[in-house]
Amino acid sequence: MIAVKLEPEPMALPPDYLHAKQGPMSWLTTTDHKRIALMFYGAVLVMFLLGGVFALLFRTELLSPRRDIMDATTYNKLFTWHGIVMVWLFLIPSIPNIFGNFILPLQLGARDLAFPRLNLASFYVYLVGATIVLSGLFAGGTDTGWTFYMPYSENTPVTLFPVVFGIFVVGISSIFTGLNFIATVHMLRAEGMTWRRLPLFTWSIYATSIILVLATPVLGLSLILVGLDHVFHLGVFDPATGGDPVLFQHLFWFYSHPAVYIMILPAMGVISEVVPTFAHRRPSSYAAIALSSLGIAFGGFLAWGHHMFVAGISTLDAGVFGIFSMFVAVFSAIKVFTWVATLYRGDIVFSTPLLYFFGFLFLFVFGGMTGVAVATQSLDVHWHDTYFIVAHFHFIMVGGSLTSFLAAAHYWFPKMFGRLYSERVGLLAASLVFMGFVLTFLPQFLLGNAGMPRRYYSYPAEYQWLHVLSTGGSYLLGSAVLLALGNLALALAYGARSEQNPWEARTFEWLSPSPPPEHNFESPPVIDREPYAFDLSEEQIRARAFPG
Amino acid sequence: MPAPSPAEQFATLERQGATLRFGMWLFLTSELLLFSGFFALYGAYRATYSADFQAALHHNTLAYGSVNTYVLLTSSFTVALSVSAIRRGAGKAASAWLGLSALFGLAFLVIKAAEYGVHIHEGALPGHWYRFREAPTLGGARFYTLYWITTGAHALHVTGGIGVLLWLAWHARRGRYLPEYHPTFEMGTLYWHFVDVMWIFIWPIFYLT
Ligand SMILES: [Cu+2]
Repeated sequence: MIAVKLEPEPMALPPDYLHAKQGPMSWLTTTDHKRIALMFYGAVLVMFLLGGVFALLFRTELLSPRRDIMDATTYNKLFTWHGIVMVWLFLIPSIPNIFGNFILPLQLGARDLAFPRLNLASFYVYLVGATIVLSGLFAGGTDTGWTFYMPYSENTPVTLFPVVFGIFVVGISSIFTGLNFIATVHMLRAEGMTWRRLPLFTWSIYATSIILVLATPVLGLSLILVGLDHVFHLGVFDPATGGDPVLFQHLFWFYSHPAVYIMILPAMGVISEVVPTFAHRRPSSYAAIALSSLGIAFGGFLAWGHHMFVAGISTLDAGVFGIFSMFVAVFSAIKVFTWVATLYRGDIVFSTPLLYFFGFLFLFVFGGMTGVAVATQSLDVHWHDTYFIVAHFHFIMVGGSLTSFLAAAHYWFPKMFGRLYSERVGLLAASLVFMGFVLTFLPQFLLGNAGMPRRYYSYPAEYQWLHVLSTGGSYLLGSAVLLALGNLALALAYGARSEQNPWEARTFEWLSPSPPPEHNFESPPVIDREPYAFDLSEEQIRARAFPG
Repeated sequence: MPAPSPAEQFATLERQGATLRFGMWLFLTSELLLFSGFFALYGAYRATYSADFQAALHHNTLAYGSVNTYVLLTSSFTVALSVSAIRRGAGKAASAWLGLSALFGLAFLVIKAAEYGVHIHEGALPGHWYRFREAPTLGGARFYTLYWITTGAHALHVTGGIGVLLWLAWHARRGRYLPEYHPTFEMGTLYWHFVDVMWIFIWPIFYLT
């Protein structure tokens, strides 16, 4: 029995969630997961643009080997601000808090998240935390890099505490959201939605949430201790009073290495929806993608030492951490092969989200392979703290999540707003984003390999041509992102009305109207099939006689 | 009184209660990871400064710490009594037991503050401020640094816990919790037990051995 009508009567529909209630207060006090997702969308995009502006400013300084538009301290602050805003305020909350919030209940057949008021609280806590961070930055603070290494962070002359405290507050928001997602997946699945029928995006958000709940408290603690060290000279990590700065690195990376997966797992989840939809095929192996998400989530907790190969850990430890890091690469490779196999003999429709997937594939595989390379100690000693590392983690972490973020923004745009964007502009922007990204960071691999250390505002003249290429790439990337977002913004107002399921996607969230009504489903839905089979009629399903 | 209806996202009241319980356990797991950070720091530094830690520990204010352990354990007992009162439908009694528990919590904080006063007087302060004559070592400074941040964080949790108890007491007094359905009440008291259990780990490593 299918309780959800495949083609509901238009007249019988309640108003969609955007129009169900009117006025600013109906937004600010909403507990609807879809509206909260949109409020996160707005806030997170502001952070994204801000972090981008910081990067363009210091990339401009790097156009020539000497000092041009800023001094060393300003330069140090700008790359710090860029890292802090992009990592803590954009990348970590982006896909989970926007698309996870919006799509997860729809994919589960739930009317909302388990704790809607906690969800709203999470948004306001994020807003307060982000405000504290930004006011700390603009009050002249923080030149430590986004990693806050000790003992420099204890002794830096600029302010530090508001920034780390703000990140701590943002972390509370992450814990709230992660907890809410886990509880929702466990307790609010519709009738018939077994674990083996969870869509892959939901699997990846679930795995991400586990990391958020387990790792964020440790990060929050270590950052607060850094802040207290700086303000009160507690000396928790200060060698002058017998403290151990490497201990800070252990605590920090115990969280922040898994944080890489907080950024990349949701990205993989988006890709796992986009590829089957535009290949018009089921994922070639559902179990491989779902289980490798969990493998990455747990394996990621055992890899943190690879950031400390030159910080004085033993050769044996470094070797063990290197091998654990490579295990994560195995799980990631399983996913890559499964996505590519899904395309094989598919009926592929070349569309904007799929183009972002091709960009993702290159950046992720290239970044991943360089990751395996830097996980070996002998190579890492050469590349450590050079532009090679900068390029590596931008490829895998930023390239991977940025392309998927944009893929998700396009893929679920009709679902969220009921409109269509211009496909031609979308495709153009997607290719420019890819070109800009590669042009920015490919030269940085070469710079790093040639010995250019990271975090310097001046450099020997022989590095200049690569820096100029990189800066040019960053301008292109910035403009391309603006083009992509502008295209979506225009479509909000002028885009053609979309059908309920314009991509002929086969997952459950497209069976509710686009945009969905306030409470998602009129009556509790019953799921009667595997997750990527909602294109088939009841008769076909019966004929195929799915196991389980 | 009619049974409350579940919130719109839940099919049944049982489901809603189970979800609240599940969410609370997740939150406590997260809190546990927070405290595990303190314990990891303690373990790492104790491994480095084993002898210094032992010496510093034997000069700590054992009497204060032990009395506080009794106070907190007693408060957990009175909190448990409040839960059984709710199960009997005795909201006023539950409220009274919680009020008493909150008083015990307050007593804990007062004793803790007095103890901090002793430490300040002795110069057993964290980091650069460390002037404690009885354990003038780098390891001693480490020990008291960790002591301050760990017990400080715990005291903040006790303060939060007292707030939770008073909030529950207020609502219990107004009869908001039914004998057959009171997951919020249970989960609030669970938080207090958690704070108590954390002290059971903090007490031995800073006062006993
Ligand atoms: Cu890492």
